[in-house]
Amino acid sequence: MSLPALVPPPIELPPRVAALRASVREFLQQELEAGLWTPRADVWLSGWDERFTKELARRGWIGMTIPTEYGGHGASPLDRYVVTEELLAAGAPVAAHWVADRQIGPSLMRFGTEEQRQKFLPGIAAGEIYFGIGMSEPDSGSDLASVRSRAVRVDGGWELTGTKIWTSGGHRAHAFFALVRTSPPDEKNRHAGLSQLIVDLRAPGVTVRPIPLLTGAHHFNEVVFDKVFVPDSMVLGEIGNGWHQVTSELAFERSGPERFLSTYPLLSALIGELQGVTDPGIRRQVGSLVSRLWTLRGMSLSIAGALEAGHAPELAAAVVKDLGTRFENEVIDAARLLVSIPPDPGAEPGFARLLAESVLHAPGFTLRGGTNEVLRGIVARGLGLR
Amino acid sequence: MTTETETNELQDLATSVFSDADAEGSGFDAALWSTLEETGLARLTLPEEVGGSGAGFVESAVVLGAAGEFAGRVPLVETDLTAGWLLHTAGIPLPDGPLTLATADLDVDRTARRAAGTLRRVPWARSAAGIVVLAGDAVLLIDPAGVEITDGTNVAEEPRDTVTVDGAITVAGVDDRVGSELRLRGAFGRAALLAGAARGALTAAVQYAGERIQFGRPIGRFQAIQQQLALAAGEVAAAQSAVAVAARKIDRAGFGDAEVQLAVAAAKSRTSEAAGVVARIAHQVHGAIGFTREHRLRLTTTRLWAWRDEDGSEAEWNDLVGRLALEAGPAGLWPMVVGTP
Repeated sequence: MSLPALVPPPIELPPRVAALRASVREFLQQELEAGLWTPRADVWLSGWDERFTKELARRGWIGMTIPTEYGGHGASPLDRYVVTEELLAAGAPVAAHWVADRQIGPSLMRFGTEEQRQKFLPGIAAGEIYFGIGMSEPDSGSDLASVRSRAVRVDGGWELTGTKIWTSGGHRAHAFFALVRTSPPDEKNRHAGLSQLIVDLRAPGVTVRPIPLLTGAHHFNEVVFDKVFVPDSMVLGEIGNGWHQVTSELAFERSGPERFLSTYPLLSALIGELQGVTDPGIRRQVGSLVSRLWTLRGMSLSIAGALEAGHAPELAAAVVKDLGTRFENEVIDAARLLVSIPPDPGAEPGFARLLAESVLHAPGFTLRGGTNEVLRGIVARGLGLR
Repeated sequence: MTTETETNELQDLATSVFSDADAEGSGFDAALWSTLEETGLARLTLPEEVGGSGAGFVESAVVLGAAGEFAGRVPLVETDLTAGWLLHTAGIPLPDGPLTLATADLDVDRTARRAAGTLRRVPWARSAAGIVVLAGDAVLLIDPAGVEITDGTNVAEEPRDTVTVDGAITVAGVDDRVGSELRLRGAFGRAALLAGAARGALTAAVQYAGERIQFGRPIGRFQAIQQQLALAAGEVAAAQSAVAVAARKIDRAGFGDAEVQLAVAAAKSRTSEAAGVVARIAHQVHGAIGFTREHRLRLTTTRLWAWRDEDGSEAEWNDLVGRLALEAGPAGLWPMVVGTP
């Protein structure tokens, strides 16, 4: 027997991105020197900063792959990759535009109508329109096909009832794509009858309630629909095609640099704490982390190259998320064990605070975007085991 | 730079050559070696003027991957990437046939062209047509006919012999950068073999999980087994990717480049780390039969255990990577990991 290819062939970034990378670094340096924010862990969940988002947009670094006729920049996904990895490595506050930039823009380009593109894409690229994710429900986590939020046909659109949960930034975002049932469940085809609706989070009948994280911080929300009217013009793609639409985007969502850089600012601070250390055991542990990071980035870039070439390497993307999110946790353990500074959420910006943020955010790393156990199931299927 | 089609054709050729070989025999596989010479795979990266094929390291990774996956019993890394290259660099004509390499402090008399001393754990020495030694800044070519060889092996039963030298040599001087390149070449080659062997062990385990029936169904239907095999697949993917990325960088920038040094170090470290995990899971899935000599699983798992410690274990290469990271400091670490552009 012969196994499938486990990872796409490697790519190297085109020489043109060197100038882009340098501009991003220069901008980040200026922002840091001006004290406008401090590096934090898990910034794509917790770093909501609309001023920063608008500054990025002004420089053309949001909606980069959106075509120019919709206010974007028509750039390659590899250019976006470079900007994204620089922002995450710096621990910059990218949460406000994160979902809109990563998946809403590409989804609208793929499945959206002309009206929907005109309505949202220019605002996304300007850093002024923010989106959430409307997939999980109180009774639907890993088993997404079991969603029960229901839209029924009414004059001119759909009437939506149900509850979505874990919507990051839902209290600040303008809209989200809700995965809902538009026809009753079919036991023979669980993926049929699902659709994506673009829901205005300020529409009548929408209630957004906070769900504080472990830290007490408000990022997650519950979003309840009570007979919310969604016009036909806000159906994304085709009615009944929701499952295909949602899953076709997952390779993008699972293999990006955010799947292994959530604790990079802590790794950087750890290197700072270890300056001057000559113990070979410590050096080797640092070397192991850096070798793993280097390898993960190479894998993630290979997948970015394959995606750009029109492939959807689902197995490899699942592998990157499994290995990458475990690496994020390995950084925490190394930091704890190599430096005798306890985590302190109230400390000045630096190692102790980054360690505290990383520890308290870590449970989410291996849950979001598909639990690692579900992802290993995808890998097992790719190996022909199920 | 080769196209994807050419790489695929080379992959098919290498897979066919190595999968046809008798991996379960012992010692040097002379039949496989002559096929490798006929197909131009034996001296793949060496220049044409010394009988090589002039290919790059992306191609080398493909061929070594197949050698590892199918447990070829030949000194391919030594002949092509290290010993052959070292002779060519020193301007010493290459003898025909398989070559091997040792790095050691011998007593060398360059005027009299004689050397004396002991070389330990020399790969395939008993079957080599030439023993190549880097001793300080001197490259020596020693005729195996004039030395005493005591057989030894690694845990995969590959020859790792003791060679006692006291006699005539061919000698030439090289500059001091040669030693560090030689070390990187050996590590890259060993990493490529490891990635291949890891894939071979995973393939065996996935196949076995589909065939072995317990509790009324193939064990691969159990999520407990699926999760373990998925973890192994992740390690294999990381190993293969690390080697492939390093190969691309070597082809672009050569071994003297700082990014390439990091890439090779990280690739050997990551493949050595993966080796233990993959071998453990492959054996666990196989149960007791995989723990016996009659089963082929040992061909790849014993190589994983041997090769992870040869040409530098993960501890040795992580020491270098860690030193580079600490020297780069908090601000320099990220640029170091990313490289250019």
